[in-house]
Amino acid sequence: MMTAGVDVGAKYAKVVILKDGQVVARAKALVGFDLLKSATEVFEAALKNAAVSRNDIQRVVSTGMGRNAVVQKPPINADEAVSEVVSAAAGAHFIVPTTKTVIDVGAEEGRGIKVEGGKVRDFVINERCAAGAGTFIETMARALEIQVEEMGPMALKSTNTIAMNAQCCVFAESEVVSLIHSKISKEDISKAIHDAIAGRISSMVLRVGVEKDVVLIGGVALDPGFKSPLEKELKASIITPEYPEYVSALGAAVIAASSTR
Amino acid sequence: MSQTEVKVEYWRWPEYRSTVPNVSWSNAKAITAGVDIGSVGSKAAVLVDGELYAFAAMRTGGVSEATAVKAINWALEGTGLEIGKLNYVVGTGYGRVNVPFAKRTITEIACHARGAHYIYGPTVRTVLDIGGQDCKAIRCDEKGKVLSFLMNDKCAAGTGRGLEVFADLIRVPVQDLDKVSLNVDQDPPPVSNTCVIFAKAESLALLRQGWSKEKVAAAYHTAMANRIVDLLSRVGVEKDFVITGGVAKNMGIVKRLEKILNIKPLEPKMDPILAGALGAGLFAKALYEKEQGLR
Repeated sequence: MMTAGVDVGAKYAKVVILKDGQVVARAKALVGFDLLKSATEVFEAALKNAAVSRNDIQRVVSTGMGRNAVVQKPPINADEAVSEVVSAAAGAHFIVPTTKTVIDVGAEEGRGIKVEGGKVRDFVINERCAAGAGTFIETMARALEIQVEEMGPMALKSTNTIAMNAQCCVFAESEVVSLIHSKISKEDISKAIHDAIAGRISSMVLRVGVEKDVVLIGGVALDPGFKSPLEKELKASIITPEYPEYVSALGAAVIAASSTR
Repeated sequence: MSQTEVKVEYWRWPEYRSTVPNVSWSNAKAITAGVDIGSVGSKAAVLVDGELYAFAAMRTGGVSEATAVKAINWALEGTGLEIGKLNYVVGTGYGRVNVPFAKRTITEIACHARGAHYIYGPTVRTVLDIGGQDCKAIRCDEKGKVLSFLMNDKCAAGTGRGLEVFADLIRVPVQDLDKVSLNVDQDPPPVSNTCVIFAKAESLALLRQGWSKEKVAAAYHTAMANRIVDLLSRVGVEKDFVITGGVAKNMGIVKRLEKILNIKPLEPKMDPILAGALGAGLFAKALYEKEQGLR
C-alpha cells in the first residue's frame, strides 16, 4: 500500500511518500504565492523520485498552514486534511515510538505537543509572534549579513554569553545592529540569538510539561546551534531525527496509511 | 548599461526645531530644559519661567550622549542661550541616563503625564503615549500626577517602529502614511496578524493580490489601532483623553482610535511629540526653585 503526506508550511512545502511502512520518496520546495501550485510542484517531484504516478497512491493526507489548499483539488486531490499538531505527533511517534514530547519549530509557528502512543494529549502553540519561530533566526541572519545556514555553526564556535534584551523580532534587529557596532563578534551574537529563541521555546513547551523522550522537529531542528541551548533550558536530552523538516509530512502519510486499513 | 538604484529610506521622518515668538529670556527667573531621549526620537524643550521657549526634535543616533548634546544645542540655536546658561536640566526617556548635562533624571511616565497636563490642561485624566518602541496608557489626576499606568515595550506592534517598517514596505514616507491610510471610502478588515514581521508579510500578500497602497495602509492602521485599544482598555479610558508621542501626529491612528473608543481626544495646542521633554522641563523648574529655596 502506498500513501502520501503533503505538508504545506508557511515557508516550505514538503511531501513524503510511504510504501508499506517505508519512506520511498521525499521532496520540498519554497512555497510561493499560489499554495496549490507550489504544493503540486513538490508533489510531482516526489512522485518522480519514487517513480510512481498519482494513481498508484491510495490515499493522500495534507497538513500545515496551507493544508486546505490541496484537499480535493487536482492534481494532488488530497483525501483529507489534519492539523499540524496531529501530523507532528504521528510522525514523531513513527520514528521514535517512545516519544512523549514533540517540539516542532517551523518558520512561523512553534509548538509543544504532549504525546502518548502517537496520539495528542495536550499541546501549546505560538503562532502570533515571530520571535518564537524560525523567522526570528532568519531576520537576525539578515541583520548580521550572513546566510541563515551559517547561524548555527557560528553559534557553536562561541562560548560567551551575551544577554539579548529585546524579545520582539523588530526590536532585536536593532539590538543586533548595536551589538555589531559595539564590536561583539558575529559568533557571540549568533549564540545570543540562539539562546534567546531557545529560552522562548522552552518557556512555551514547559507549559505542557516535558517528558522523555523529547523529539525536536521542524525546519529549525536543522539548525545545529539550537538543540544544545534548548536542552540546557529544558534540562532534558533531545532527539533530533534525520530529516526533521519532513516529520509532519511523514505523519500525514502515516495517518493516510492507518485510515485505509 | 548599469543602473544605480537610490535606496530611499521611507522611515526617516524629518527633524525640526523652532523658537516660540514673543517669549524672551532676558528677565527670566528660571531657564530650564527637558531632554527626552527616546529609542527612535530625541526631543529637547527649553522653558522660560515654565513657558515653552524653544525646542528641537531629531532622530536618536547610535550614541545617545552625542544625540542629547546635539538636540539641546539645536534647540538653543539662534536664541543667544547655551547649555551653561540653563539653570536646571532634567533628562527623561529610554536613554535618560545618557544626558550628560542633566542634573536629574525622571521617568518618561511621570514626564508625559506632566507634559500632557501642560499641553492640554488640568482636565486630562488619560494619556496615551505612543512612541517609537513602546506604548503607554497613563491615568493621571488634575495636577498631572500619575495614578496608574500600563506599558507595552516588549512588542513592536502598536508602536512607531511598526509604522516605520510599514512605510518602507509600501514606499511611502512615514509622515505621509496617515493621509494615505485615510484615502479610502471605507476601512477594509484589519490585517489579521499582530506581530509586525507577520503583518508585513500579510500586507505584502495583499498588495500582490492587487489591493491598493491606500487600502493596505488602512488595514494596517486599523490593526494597529485595535492593538493599542487592547492596552488602553486594561487601564480604562476616562475623559479627558489625550494622545502624546510621535504617533499622536498620525491622524490615521488618531481617527481610528477615536472611532473604536467613541471618545474624541483633545486637540493638541502644541506639538504632542514634546510632551515628555516639556514635562521634564517643568520638573526642572520645580527642582530649581526648590534648590534656590524659592519653594
